[in-house]
Amino acid sequence: MAAALPLALVVLLLLGPGGPALAEPPRDSLREELVITPLPSGDVAATFQFRTRWDSELQREGVSHYRLFPKALGQLISKYSLRELHLSFTQGFWRTRYWGPPFLQAPSGAELWVWFQDTVTDVDKSWKELSNVLSGIFCASLNFIDSTNTVTPTASFKPLGVANDTDHYFLRYAVLPREVVCTENLTPWKKLLPCSSKAGLSVLLKADRLFHTSYHSQAVHIRPVCRNARCTSISWELRQTLSVVFDAFVTGQGKKDWSLFRMFSRTLTEPCPLASESRVYVDITNYSQDNETLEVNPPPTTTYQDVILGTRRTYAVYDLLDTALINNSRNLNLQLKWKKPPENGYIHYQPAQDRLQPHLLEMLIQLPANSVTKVSIQFERALLKWTEYTPDPNHGFYVSPSVLSALVPSLVAAKPVDWEGSPLFNTLFPVSDGSSYFVRLYTEPLLVNLPTPDFSMPYNVICLTCTVVAVCYGSFYNLLTRTFHIEEPSKGGLAKRLANLIRRARGVPPL
Amino acid sequence: MAATYCLGRAFTALAALLLLSFGSFAASQIEDQAEQFFRSGHTNNWAVLVCTSRFWFNYRHVANTLSVYRSVKRLGIPDRNVESKIDNDMACNPRNPKPATVFSHKNMELDVYGDDVEVDYRSYEVTVENFLRVLTGRIPPSTPRSKCLLSDDRSSILIYMTGHGGNGFLKFQDSEEITNIELADAFEQMWQKRRYNELLFIIDTCQGASMYERFYSPNIMALASSQVGEDSLSHQPDPAIGVHLMDRYTFYVLEFLEEINPASQTNMNDLFQVCPKSLCVSTPGHRTDLFQRDPKNVLITDFFGSIRKVEITTETISLQQHSEMESSFKDDQMDEELMEPLKYAEQLPVAQMIHQKPKPKDWHPPGGFILGLWALIIMVFFKTYGIKHMKFIF
Repeated sequence: MAAALPLALVVLLLLGPGGPALAEPPRDSLREELVITPLPSGDVAATFQFRTRWDSELQREGVSHYRLFPKALGQLISKYSLRELHLSFTQGFWRTRYWGPPFLQAPSGAELWVWFQDTVTDVDKSWKELSNVLSGIFCASLNFIDSTNTVTPTASFKPLGVANDTDHYFLRYAVLPREVVCTENLTPWKKLLPCSSKAGLSVLLKADRLFHTSYHSQAVHIRPVCRNARCTSISWELRQTLSVVFDAFVTGQGKKDWSLFRMFSRTLTEPCPLASESRVYVDITNYSQDNETLEVNPPPTTTYQDVILGTRRTYAVYDLLDTALINNSRNLNLQLKWKKPPENGYIHYQPAQDRLQPHLLEMLIQLPANSVTKVSIQFERALLKWTEYTPDPNHGFYVSPSVLSALVPSLVAAKPVDWEGSPLFNTLFPVSDGSSYFVRLYTEPLLVNLPTPDFSMPYNVICLTCTVVAVCYGSFYNLLTRTFHIEEPSKGGLAKRLANLIRRARGVPPL
Repeated sequence: MAATYCLGRAFTALAALLLLSFGSFAASQIEDQAEQFFRSGHTNNWAVLVCTSRFWFNYRHVANTLSVYRSVKRLGIPDRNVESKIDNDMACNPRNPKPATVFSHKNMELDVYGDDVEVDYRSYEVTVENFLRVLTGRIPPSTPRSKCLLSDDRSSILIYMTGHGGNGFLKFQDSEEITNIELADAFEQMWQKRRYNELLFIIDTCQGASMYERFYSPNIMALASSQVGEDSLSHQPDPAIGVHLMDRYTFYVLEFLEEINPASQTNMNDLFQVCPKSLCVSTPGHRTDLFQRDPKNVLITDFFGSIRKVEITTETISLQQHSEMESSFKDDQMDEELMEPLKYAEQLPVAQMIHQKPKPKDWHPPGGFILGLWALIIMVFFKTYGIKHMKFIF
């Protein structure tokens, strides 16, 4: 009895702290971000990122309560013992030359790569079943993934999450380039979000605007991450990203003013109530407020600086959870306006008229430093009349050289002193100030090879035709129209009698 | 005396009246019961919508299928009960001037693609084999649920097919055909496996009536857009999109269905009359001899709508705010198992990659041919030199 009491107390103490912790479900949190990047070519790229982080270890605890983390994916992780899953659907190609480097690029079509846990015995079987299940979830033809388009990379595609050992036997990678991405892939992707498309940044996800773009890529990334700084336990992170590039000419009708309403036909009204962070970032690295080339409206209250992809970038931050932001106007419609268009210039073009006047193209351009500017013109070669050819047409025809007149900044300022008297060539081009000098340069003339006809052909044709006519037609004509009749020989005329007289005188027999 | 007589008469009249009313009440009850007998008695609805054409110029077939999909969803059938097989390359086709839209009417009035569409079988998966497998239920075990037709013997199924067809066959994706005999046999398999209670088959192709000629299973009602020898014609082109947007028969069916709501009492006879020859140019046909009930008792919503199980409850559930942050320390302390810290993998470990050896392939024992060859060589050796040499080996 006396021993039982402390035993009971000990038991109670052991059970005490365990009780309430077991009853509470694992914590999960949602962070949503939208990054708007104006691109050098006048287009604008928008990248959404939704991160759902779940502090649970699915393998060990038998989980049945899902809150923010979608149940469809949670069940996939536990059933197929996944360590990581990366699935992307892309339409279009990221043009690095015009748009700069991408945050996260994906191949055209569908790409799926998965790391399985090392407890999986038949990886190929799990891989096949997993691709079938995913094809049902995302309405895509991922069931066409089989051994003919699956590889096991040995050096790349290391796990992006926490991993202590990496035996590439448990990695599988497949790409379906023929896969078409459309609204039916976006719909289940949106349904995985905690706020679906009802609140927060996901109200901007309207299919008819998102697919009217030059590049559309949506992806799902599931990986384990460190739960805390010491990294003694893991959490599962579901990252859903969507990148689109709006084309200035196709979507924007040539104007380079962008706003959330023009891009998505929606504005932001409230953050997702389930999100712990809900922010919009606008890339203002190249355009600061002093320079006044890009104006961002409403003006941002905070900025954020970081080194992204190797360069230091500045972002204007709009926090939707900040009530002051939305209070005034009930909605947030970010506007980006270029105050001064990046290229200002003058262009004059006078097209040519055949046999009347030549082409004339004049352009005033501002060359940026350390850059190469290429100007190219397409032209067509026309056939000349045969009398217009010069006697030596195979030499080619010349196009006059182009003229470049430039005002080049001087390294050393010149003093305008006594122009008429100075030697050398300074006095030819009058300048107003010495900070730049005027120069006129010329390019090489262009020699164009026009298609040249064979000039001996008319002679050949005439000879041949005349021969044919004379031989064939002539013969038939003669046969048909000529008649033959016998002719009596003539007795002889005066000349013959005279000749006979002379022959008798000579003693030669007569004719 | 006269008063009592009158009263008596009144009483008998009253009694007669009451008896009459009772009689008529009983009669109407019997009529109601008889009426109940002729109602469908299905408990769930399914729809299988197939568009068998590919390529941009067959835009109208995809628009046909999507408009039926839209009506069916609007009238209540949930997405998981709709199996759609569409080559969906129309909406996001580079030739589509308005991406992610499929219109049914010129001037772009009605977008039948919408924002909430789910297509189960896309593109190359629309084949005769997949279609027959879905109908008969002979699907591979790892097929996801959204791609299966999980109907039972109390299901009403709507099957809609459109594309290019001929006398007795329907062309699938320009590379294969399904014949009317195969289709009839598939429906018979469904009947034998008790996979449907009633089936409505609608087909909008040229010579569509030939596809339902061979049906022989009970409880099938069929509609077609044209008779044998006739072509089904398309409705109107749109100058901006550049192709014909819909076929005539389905266009008028869609107009008819837009006026139906989940509670309407319109019956099948109205659907039979939906497109007279003056509008459709072809003669739509229908076949009801296999169907047990009279078409005028069959509601449109029996096939296009859905039965929903609704439970009304009066108890209240209050949603609580999620309590956060305080439990984080407890979690950290409770977790004793993982002592060593985990780390992230290096994405491009150059030194490790250069020095890694390629994995040795699994050793397989030599196959029959190699074994046989070696056995032959050894036998020849010992035959030539005699068996006595073996003692030097062992």
